[in-house]
Amino acid sequence: MSGSTDDKRREVRGYAIGYALALALTGAAFAAVRWPSFAGGTTLAIVFGLALVQVVVHFRFFLHVTLARSARDDLLLILFATLIVILMVSGTLVILFNLRQRMM
Amino acid sequence: MSDAVKHAGLNLGATDEETHEQAESELFGFWVFLMSDAVIFALLFATYGVMLPATVGGPTPASEYKIAPAFVETLILLTSSFTYGMASIAMKHGEPRRVLLGWMGATLGLGVVFLGLELHDFATMFGDGAWPSRSGYLSSFFALVPLHGLHVLVGCVWLVVMAAQVLTFGLDARVKINLLRLGLFWHFLDIVWIAIFSVVYLQGLIR
Repeated sequence: MSGSTDDKRREVRGYAIGYALALALTGAAFAAVRWPSFAGGTTLAIVFGLALVQVVVHFRFFLHVTLARSARDDLLLILFATLIVILMVSGTLVILFNLRQRMM
Repeated sequence: MSDAVKHAGLNLGATDEETHEQAESELFGFWVFLMSDAVIFALLFATYGVMLPATVGGPTPASEYKIAPAFVETLILLTSSFTYGMASIAMKHGEPRRVLLGWMGATLGLGVVFLGLELHDFATMFGDGAWPSRSGYLSSFFALVPLHGLHVLVGCVWLVVMAAQVLTFGLDARVKINLLRLGLFWHFLDIVWIAIFSVVYLQGLIR
């Protein structure tokens, strides 16, 4: 039974770490916009960078996606979906930006 | 061996080995759904990015977004992910039913408050004349953000359904796997919201 209690403590700690990291990253992103100390472009890059890190934190601590060997099917699915998203989004952007340019 | 990670998401492991085995293919199927949902959101984000300057003299992002409500909504959603995590752990380790239902209730409460705040934001925008039909920018905004809200609403209904299942059937294999699925769904919505507050609200508020 002690193994199960150890498991539980480890899992609660995992969610707590993820929650704390998410709060810190969110706070940093909002603070960068609320009290701007850089040029607009730099602030935007900081916000997007923090968002990417936070997505990784959520995948790791809340969704438990790891690089462990036995989780590879899911990992492959997520990586494949990411590839599809990149292809579709970049295609959409090319077409729509082109359209906008011609219409404005 | 049974302790091994079988699928992404909270693994039942040694606390219920039979369901743990069964969960593998069922949760993989749910991941396929989540990834197809991610594709929809990604394309709406792309459309929003392109439509951003198309305000045709109407309301602009800078005039419509307020940083305080966006921040509060973010905190609420993050906290609800944590409370659902605690519910998952209570389910996995067979804690008393009221502990599980308590965490689920907390998650539901936070979800409902989030929806209320979001509706209030939309009502304020409508008051400013920011209707979906006003400009290309507003059409793309109201295609993207309320779709996330709709997902949260579905998640809230699902939480109620799951509470009823827990009370009716107890924690059998089917109910456990449903709770794991709902967990994936809820945490996934949080990730979509990260993209929304960064791409939509914060980008619109940068001066």
